[in-house]
Parts: sequence; structure tokens; C-alpha cells
Amino acid sequence: MKPSQIADTLVAEFEMFTDWEDKYSYIIDLGKHLPPYPAERRTDDFLVRGCQSRVWLSPTVEGDVLRFDADSDAIITRGLIAMLLRVYGGQPAHDIIATPPTFLSRIGLDTHLSQSRANGLASMVNHVMRIAAVVAQQPRSGEPA
Amino acid sequence: MTLPATISSIDVDYLRAQFPILSTTVHGGKPLVYLDHAATSQKPQCVIDAIASYYTTTNSNVHRGAHALAAKATEAYEHARHTVAAFLGAASPSEIVFTKGTTEAVNLVAATVAHRLQPGDEIVLTEMEHHANIVPWQLMAQQRGAVIRVIPVTDSGELDMQAAASLIGPATKIVSAVHVSNTLGTVNPVAQLCAMAGSVGALSFIDGAQAVLHDPIDVAALGCDFYAFSAHKLFAPMGLGVLYGRYHVLESLPPYQGGGSMIDSVSFDGTTFNAPPMRFEAGTPNVEAAVGLTTAIEWFAAVDPDWRRHHDQSITAYALDAIGGIDGLTVYGNAAHRVGILSFTVEGTHAADVGTLLDAMGVAVRVGHHCTQPLMRRLGVTSTIRASFSVTTTAHEVDVFAAALTKAVGMLR
Repeated sequence: MKPSQIADTLVAEFEMFTDWEDKYSYIIDLGKHLPPYPAERRTDDFLVRGCQSRVWLSPTVEGDVLRFDADSDAIITRGLIAMLLRVYGGQPAHDIIATPPTFLSRIGLDTHLSQSRANGLASMVNHVMRIAAVVAQQPRSGEPA
Repeated sequence: MTLPATISSIDVDYLRAQFPILSTTVHGGKPLVYLDHAATSQKPQCVIDAIASYYTTTNSNVHRGAHALAAKATEAYEHARHTVAAFLGAASPSEIVFTKGTTEAVNLVAATVAHRLQPGDEIVLTEMEHHANIVPWQLMAQQRGAVIRVIPVTDSGELDMQAAASLIGPATKIVSAVHVSNTLGTVNPVAQLCAMAGSVGALSFIDGAQAVLHDPIDVAALGCDFYAFSAHKLFAPMGLGVLYGRYHVLESLPPYQGGGSMIDSVSFDGTTFNAPPMRFEAGTPNVEAAVGLTTAIEWFAAVDPDWRRHHDQSITAYALDAIGGIDGLTVYGNAAHRVGILSFTVEGTHAADVGTLLDAMGVAVRVGHHCTQPLMRRLGVTSTIRASFSVTTTAHEVDVFAAALTKAVGMLR
């Protein structure tokens, strides 16, 4: 599935929840099930600046496909990471760039999160987009340089 | 635990009713429980009215202009200076300099006393200072080759006064300390620190940002050379601060910023400067906020200080009792003399997560390092949750907060 389709699915999932508590419980649950982050990359080099809690994000490039490992010391942040990784992880750089994070506002997270938390989420998205932009600019293997 | 009968809920409800914002809702209908008074106070209707009235009847630039409104605005602005002088126990309104806030007051003093410092001179701070009472001194110290010495904080969240006595010595030129910790609520023995500073000929600066909304302040009794606070923490508007300075000390200082109002006469051959406090007030001041501060101080002074103290202690004890049963709760600091500011963490949860869930339930607290990173390091944490109370805080609000905290912790674990 393309990132935009995964985003639509995510929005649909959240539409099933009628109150804030269920939404947060789901995000917390997503956070608890985030795949383990490689210990050797839990260093300052992989810290994303601008987050209220500490966030580590480490990309791996396979051809033009980007995979991400990420982690945080805060569980709600881990849940938000899980959502981002579900939409953007394992996707071609071009598709990532073509999918702005509007699903976050469609879910209603942008109005519910505190300013510092929303800024942190924006920092994570920017980080993912920047990495995707760098990868997208590199010539694909097999194509003339 | 119930509130003592002497804390009549009628009193709190009466005060509370004067704050329109406290009866609003957030996040789609959740009644606001505002427990972030240490970050900024809310404003009573009389202060809001005073600002509106200023713009409908008085607005004009001050200290200039030969017309009726200019005179009226100047009178209102100078009346604020008189009100503040009386509020702090200053000898004269000339000892009151209006600034943008406590932060600018520290910067003003650091910048204007800098010329007195020689390499190796010492500035004594404490481990529980707000960054605003650290960084301006660091910048100045780097410039002058001065050295910062730090009074440590004990496990109970109090200043190690024995260490203070050995740190403050002949090399000390300035002692700057917070009166009430914005993170722990500890009330520091600042009169003692000022006396130590005075005994070695050092200047003393007290950051009173949190202290002004608790026990009455008397700068003469404290014996400080400088005392600063921000209007917005005292029920008045943002963008205005107060710097009290002993007059002869203020008189000995050079200007801080250049501009209008702070001059005596200007020529390209040389400019002479106004006397304090005008010497330190370049440009058009925040008259609106000064007018608001007058009303805020009058309003606050009408609330009996004994009642205030009693309410603060009762509500703090009530809150400690209400959240005390939460498994894994650590409250930082248990000073013998403290005010209604509670910093805590809950094992197995991140402060940011707790803050997010409390907010979702309508409870406003602060999470983070509270601009006191050295203190956080001393406590061995990176962030805490801080609930802070005011004269308007009710037992019901504390109940809602405690229930919300219990629920948040349950969701996060």
C-alpha cells in the first residue's frame, strides 16, 4: 500500500474511537508494541532536536526505499512514532515526500497535543521528510547519472 | 482529609468568581483545572477592567506631551511606581525601576555592575536558580573573567547554608539567589544570604518572581540591594517587571540601554543621563501593564496575608495527601518552609506523557525542567510534573487533579 492509503486506514481506525481516552489508549498501545530499537544507535547522533521527550530516529536506505528504527523515553511519543513509521516506513522516498502528514490533523491529534508535543511531532516529520528528500535526489541504480 | 474549617470554601469561591477564565472549559467541555499558577497567574476581572479603562479614558505617552491625557497617563504610571514601592517596603518610589520582567531585571543588573568586576572576582549563585538568574551572570562573568560559585542544594531541597557561609568571602562581589524556588516551592533564607553578602561588601540580588504571591515582602527587612519580580505572576499583565534597587546603589550604576526618557541632555559632544529610576527606563514603557499592576496589587493586598498563608499550606497538604497514595510517586523537596508548588515524578511514566493525559482531562500543569536544569541534575531527573496553586485553588480542583493523575498513571503503565 502507498503511504497515502495507509494514512487513510489509520484515520479510519481512529474514527472508531469516540472519546479522547480510547484514542490515547490506542496510541499508548501502539507505543508499547513499537519494535525494539538497536541499542548501539541510542546515541546523541540519532537524537531528533526539538522534542520534549528524547527521540531517536535512525534511517536505513535500501535502493530508494527508506526504513526507520525509532524510539523514545515517553510512551505516547513512542505511539506517535509507531504511527509515523506505519505510514512512512518501508516506502520509496518519492512516495514519502508526496505524502504530507495531514493524517495527524485528520485524526485530530494536532489540536489535542500540547504545543511542545506538537512541535516535537513536527520535528520528527520534518526529519523523515528531509532524509527522504536526500534519498530522492540521488540517482537510482540502473538510471544514467 | 478535609480542608480545615478555617479555610472557608466561601472565601475561595468568592475570589475565584472574579476570574472569568477559571470557569471556562477546554478540549470540548472539560472544566479547566488550572494548576500552573507558578508559570503565570490568571487575571481577576478588576485587572482586565483597569486595562480596558486605561485605553478608554487615559491612553497617552508618559513623561512628555503638554496635554491633559499625557498628564493623566504619567500620573497613572507613577502611581503604579508608588504602589509597587509600598508593596515591597521600598524607601521611595525612586527605588523602583520598571523592566520587561524578572529576566530583564537580572540582565540589567548584571550588565550595569559588570564594570566593577575584576578577573577572579566571584559571583555566588545557588543550585536551584532559574536559568534567568544563571545565564546573565555567566555572560557577564565570561566578559570580565569573573568566577561563578554555586551554593549546593540539600536532599530536602533546601540551600546548604553552611556551604554558603564558606563560599561567600572576600572575593565575592555579588550574591544572587531565588527567594522561592519555582521548581520545589522552597522558601530560602534570603535575609541571611543578604547579610552574608553585606558582611563582605558584596551586592545582593533576590529573584522574587514566585515569592511575591506568598508572604508580604519587605526589602528593608530582607536587607537586599536588589529585588525583582514579574507583574504577570502577580495577577497583572505580561511584559512588565519590577526591579527594586537601593537608591544609592542604583545611583552608582551606568545606564543599561540608551534611548528616550533616560537622558538629561543629549548632544553629539556628549550626553548626560537622568537620575534613577528614569536612567534605566529607555523608551516608551508598558503603561497599560503598570496600570494593571496597580489594580492587581490593590486586589491582592485586600486578601488577608494570614488567610493566604493558611490556604496555601492547607491546599498543599491536601494535595500531598490526595496524590500520596499513588504507587511510585516521588515528590521533590520537603523543605520546612515551602509554598504551594509541587514537583513530582511517577515511576514507570514519563512526565511529558502524564502532562499530555492530564491536559486531555482538563488539568493544566507544567512538565519539563522548569528552566532549572542544574537543579534537575542535582535531583537526578530530566523532567518533573509541577502542580502549582493559588488563592483560587479549591479542594475540588485538587480532587479532580488527583483522580486524573491516578487515571493517567493507570493508562501509561
